[in-house]
Amino acid sequence: MGVEGIGASVVRKEDRRFITGRGRYVDDIKVLGLTHAHFIRSPHAHAKVKSIDASAAKEMPGVVDVLTGQQIVDDKVGNLICGWAVSSKDGTPMKMGAWPAMAPDTVRFVGQAVAVVIAETKNQARDAAEAVVVTYEELPAAAHIKAAIAKGAPQLHPEAPGNVVYDWALGDEKAVNDAFAKAANVVSLELVNNRLVPNAMEPRAAIAEYNEAEEHFTLHTTSQNPHVARLVLSAFYNIAPEHKLRVVAPDVGGGFGSKIFIYPEEMVALWASKKVRRPVKWTGDRTEAFLTDAHGRDHISHAEMAFDANNKILALRVKTHANFGAYMSLFSSSVPTYLYATLLSGQYNIPAIYAEVMGVYTNTTPVDAYRGAGRPEASYLLERLMETAARQLKVDPAELRRKNFITQFPHQTPVIMAYDVGDFGASLDAAMKAIDYAGFPARKAKAKSEGRLRGIGFSCYIEACGIAPSKAVGSLGAGVGLWESAEVRVNPVGTIEVLTGSHSHGQGHETTFAQLVAGRLGISVDQVQIVHGDTDKVQFGMGTYGSRSAAVGMSAIFKAMEKIEAKAKKIAAHQLEASVEDIVIENGEFKVTGTDKSIALPMVALAAYTAHNLPDGMEPGLKEGAFYDPTNFTFPAGAYICEIEVDAGTGKTHFVNFVAADDFGQLINPMIVEGQVHGGLAQGIGQAILEGAVYDDSGQLVTASFMDYTMPRADDLPSFKLSHTTTLCPGNPLGVKGCGEAGAIGSSAAVINAITDAIGHNKLEMPATPDRVWHAIQLQQAAE
Amino acid sequence: MYETTYHRPASVAEAAALFAKGADAKYLAGGHTLIPVMKQRLAAPSDVIDLCRIKELVGIEATADALIIKAATPYYDITQSAAAKRAIPAIVHLTSMLGDPAVRYRGTIGGSIANNDPAADYPAAVLALGATVMTNKRLIPADEFFKGLFSTALAEDEIITAVSFPIPAKAAYSKMRHPASRFALTGVFVVKTKAGDVRVAATGASQDGVMRVPAIEAALKANWSAGALDGINISADGLMADIHGSSDYRANLIKVMAQRAVAEAG
Repeated sequence: MGVEGIGASVVRKEDRRFITGRGRYVDDIKVLGLTHAHFIRSPHAHAKVKSIDASAAKEMPGVVDVLTGQQIVDDKVGNLICGWAVSSKDGTPMKMGAWPAMAPDTVRFVGQAVAVVIAETKNQARDAAEAVVVTYEELPAAAHIKAAIAKGAPQLHPEAPGNVVYDWALGDEKAVNDAFAKAANVVSLELVNNRLVPNAMEPRAAIAEYNEAEEHFTLHTTSQNPHVARLVLSAFYNIAPEHKLRVVAPDVGGGFGSKIFIYPEEMVALWASKKVRRPVKWTGDRTEAFLTDAHGRDHISHAEMAFDANNKILALRVKTHANFGAYMSLFSSSVPTYLYATLLSGQYNIPAIYAEVMGVYTNTTPVDAYRGAGRPEASYLLERLMETAARQLKVDPAELRRKNFITQFPHQTPVIMAYDVGDFGASLDAAMKAIDYAGFPARKAKAKSEGRLRGIGFSCYIEACGIAPSKAVGSLGAGVGLWESAEVRVNPVGTIEVLTGSHSHGQGHETTFAQLVAGRLGISVDQVQIVHGDTDKVQFGMGTYGSRSAAVGMSAIFKAMEKIEAKAKKIAAHQLEASVEDIVIENGEFKVTGTDKSIALPMVALAAYTAHNLPDGMEPGLKEGAFYDPTNFTFPAGAYICEIEVDAGTGKTHFVNFVAADDFGQLINPMIVEGQVHGGLAQGIGQAILEGAVYDDSGQLVTASFMDYTMPRADDLPSFKLSHTTTLCPGNPLGVKGCGEAGAIGSSAAVINAITDAIGHNKLEMPATPDRVWHAIQLQQAAE
Repeated sequence: MYETTYHRPASVAEAAALFAKGADAKYLAGGHTLIPVMKQRLAAPSDVIDLCRIKELVGIEATADALIIKAATPYYDITQSAAAKRAIPAIVHLTSMLGDPAVRYRGTIGGSIANNDPAADYPAAVLALGATVMTNKRLIPADEFFKGLFSTALAEDEIITAVSFPIPAKAAYSKMRHPASRFALTGVFVVKTKAGDVRVAATGASQDGVMRVPAIEAALKANWSAGALDGINISADGLMADIHGSSDYRANLIKVMAQRAVAEAG
């Protein structure tokens, strides 16, 4: 394997264009005859749209047209869909209200579009939007879970009585009840998993072009999965049949899940481009991102764990309310169910688990997958519960975890997942060593003598990634298969293009995917080009989310490469007059083993395309495709330990140390893995102490800008100490598990466990702002 | 942003004349408030008159008794001024904690106090040090300058030319940053004057903007030490409350920041 193959920290090929400002994002694209869209959005959380008067606006300079929600309904554009069917425990399907791309009669969250102005310039569209008179009749709003499920609460959708989308359950209730009945100890906890705003650096954007002569649409958009976007826009929204719609996701500046979904604005841009017969562009601003990008998390949970007299876990019982916002976004239904409750066994042997999840509509922005998607909520709940249990049972938190770790694999949990491999003790050992856990009591005592509160907190997380085996998710209600596809084209001169259905929006695929190919052939990564993000180029793909691109996307490339190599070896053997079994590939050459005879890759490629001298019956060319469908999820896991000090006077948290020991299986590019973990940790720590989307009771988003919503900054975060313990994933040919979400999944609990350890008060919600921590200290002092 | 006419006068007199001619003119200093508000279309001045290129408004001078900072001097210049560091290091320290590097290259002391944001840092320094605000029309003592949220004694067309700070015996500023905006969640500036008087001002705390804190002043006058404030109880009445700080938390911060400032001042 060459130095640029798997395992090498190759410098990212894509960074040259990114750091020199030569990336090409949707907003950078220039199209002749472009018009600009500006949306008119509801200032109310819940209201009837009584009338829309655009007569004055239509007369304003540069205005091409003003289009309304009623027109999009009249044109039979489909409502937005939710692509994962989840049923309540009584067997009834989930209860969904209609979500038209612009509201024809009722708005249900602040920022929902009711109309759009199309004009020659962005400013003209904005000017005209101010002249559109929308009359609303305000309705009472339910802005929070508790308000929405209260008796007499305002009702959002007639289809969902009581604002309940589903009342779902997983696990064996009777077994759990029996276990609790014989428990020596029961530990319980009330938890809020705070709502987050994704805040990708690049806001969402769309450029829609309609070619009237060919009845063909092109959409450039900020998407993590352009083929899925095309599929949904064709099959459900009636925009155009798939062969008449090209979706391109060029450079995309971060997604974190929020760019998986197909949003109203992209649909409206496509529809409007045909209506006005001009290309239409929309680029969201930061306020629109806060108000309309799908938010993340937002759970309220009650959790109880039963222990026997030896502190072995007997059972876990969880009741969660999940906030979906005003409409069911594309994959929202799966997030607090199959991506959440299925991970509630964590790293532990738990004989019985019963989880109930009630999904609730509120008059807020729709909520869907955000980095980790369900798994951070499960990990936070479980790891807060384990730390609380250790405190209540008066045992060391590491030892309580170790005592209950799963050590035999494969392991079937009581909540669907079957873990294939892992070594949880190894990760915990590595993390404890890295933070010098043995020395902590002395450090705590020293801090105390100097008037500071020091604490330490653990989090041993597991996640299900490599999403996902198609048959398994299909049986659970998914509307799509979650395989991936790849095509490898060896050009006549021996350079290689890899077309992948994965999409890179920060992950570095142009480097890591090239490393796979370069390593197998013994060539430079510069000879390999990764092509992605265009439905006209790539055969098909399911996109990038759920830490799936290495485990699933690269496995598809692996399969295609095996086909390429097999054919190339036959050509080489033919050219070298040797047996195909004797051909080995080294340093870009096909060699006859045990001899000095060889032929270089470019000559093999050229032979394939000239076809002057190929084996009898062989087709010309050197191009192969493959689809790869995983047989199981992958299970990255690890141990995070956080050591902090709290300033008792201000409640401010200072990080002393943060160590992460992860098991991601085989690492493709350790430098990129490190960056992924850093980013994930920043988001997880951000959730723990900084970030929180807050709605007031009327449904106004209080945190609708960076003046109020605390995005993590470099000086909010510690220097991380990362390490890896490795068990290779047996489920895919590369042994990889995925690393994109781990930091966000595992870190929040470690931080809150550390702060609550420092202040001696266990009731503390995220984000643990200085104000909240200070109040918790006051409560603790009063109690003492 | 709506259309506006941008002016770049060369003198204070020219700026004032342009202002008088404009239908709805606004002076522009560092622009950290006016420009975002214009971009959000919440302000639509007919004329924007940029004061930052007026040479007579930029510079720092120190005498034996006073530090004079001209109104359009950017924060960065203040952080680099040897004269300011010698005269009142607490002002340099406060300035170095203001915003971020980009903000400090553009922001000005005149713009900050003319805007009188209730969470801005400079009003605390101006009030605690008993500075004099110098304008193109008159001299305004600090105690008469700040008139509540975003409100000052300045007339509509009046231009701050400089701020004159008396050099104190001791002074320090301590602030708790707002987690999101990095403004002062609460900041306290403590001063012991050469005459032995004590003045303490808190920003970011009161619903009425920057304020003196008489209880702390009295305690420190009796005993200039952090410990002298241990028993002080600051009332939460009239203090701001939001998602980042309740009023009782801010009351606590007034005391804690004052203690830390006194410890810093020595």
